[in-house]
Amino acid sequence: MKARVTVTLKNGVLDPQGKAIQGALKSLGFAGVDDVRQGKLIELDLATSDRAAAEAEVTAMCEKLLANTVIENYRIELV
Amino acid sequence: MKSAVLVFPGINRERDLARAFEVVSGVKSHMVWHTETELPDVDVVAIPGGFSYGDYLRCGAIAARSPIVDAVRRHAERGGYVLGICNGFQIVTEIGLLPGALMRNASLKFVCKEVRLRVDNATTAFTSAYAPGQVIRCPIAHGEGNYFADAETLARLEGEGRVVFRYCDAEGRTTDAADPNGSINHIAGILNERGNVLGMMPHPENLIESLQGGIDGRGLFESLAKVA
Repeated sequence: MKARVTVTLKNGVLDPQGKAIQGALKSLGFAGVDDVRQGKLIELDLATSDRAAAEAEVTAMCEKLLANTVIENYRIELV
Repeated sequence: MKSAVLVFPGINRERDLARAFEVVSGVKSHMVWHTETELPDVDVVAIPGGFSYGDYLRCGAIAARSPIVDAVRRHAERGGYVLGICNGFQIVTEIGLLPGALMRNASLKFVCKEVRLRVDNATTAFTSAYAPGQVIRCPIAHGEGNYFADAETLARLEGEGRVVFRYCDAEGRTTDAADPNGSINHIAGILNERGNVLGMMPHPENLIESLQGGIDGRGLFESLAKVA
């Protein structure tokens, strides 16, 4: 089973990289981009095929390492 | 003062830090590899700057899950001193010994230069050799030193005098122009609640001897030598 973890900055946390991307898009003529937030995508290949076990395991991984919950949110998709 | 300097793959300031401890205290530091699970009998554990694990995932994230870290946590719980500088500050926040996080510099640029710091709390174990409000020179070299904490944490840090160093200009004024990375409230270094863990982005260990162009960083190590 594969898991896809999306890590994004929490609302209210300044994202200078997102701002730089927004500026670059604007300079390319893409008007109307109100905000850009950059995150991370982490793909995991898991040995288990038990969805509940996978969900619990990946949640623990996110809490312990994959995300810094002081500044980041995470979202888990099992595929 | 007995000290240990932790060494992780990708760290590069460990010798500078060990030299600072030795110059000030006359005692050589123990160099402790990250795979160890016990610390030698020391007063201070120092976590140096550099790029542990190539800054992969997040700065300090992987180093903060190393085997030696449980021993560092126990050392701090016993009241032992922990000093995290630069990547060491990032590692200490990732371990959870200090609140908040270090984000990408607001300029998006790696900044390597000398800055001024104001000592906003000179009553700590790390700063008693300085005068309150003293302005010192200190080198910085980092790309992710932009300190962030939520409003509640920030209010606690400020209210409890735990913002120890702040970026300022030569006259001690904290301005946006004098802040090299966009840190909230111009924070350069903070203390934990108990007062035995300090994290800071600037490098006091690089201004210890006149050969380095100044001795403004010595006070931090002299302060520790008074209590340890």
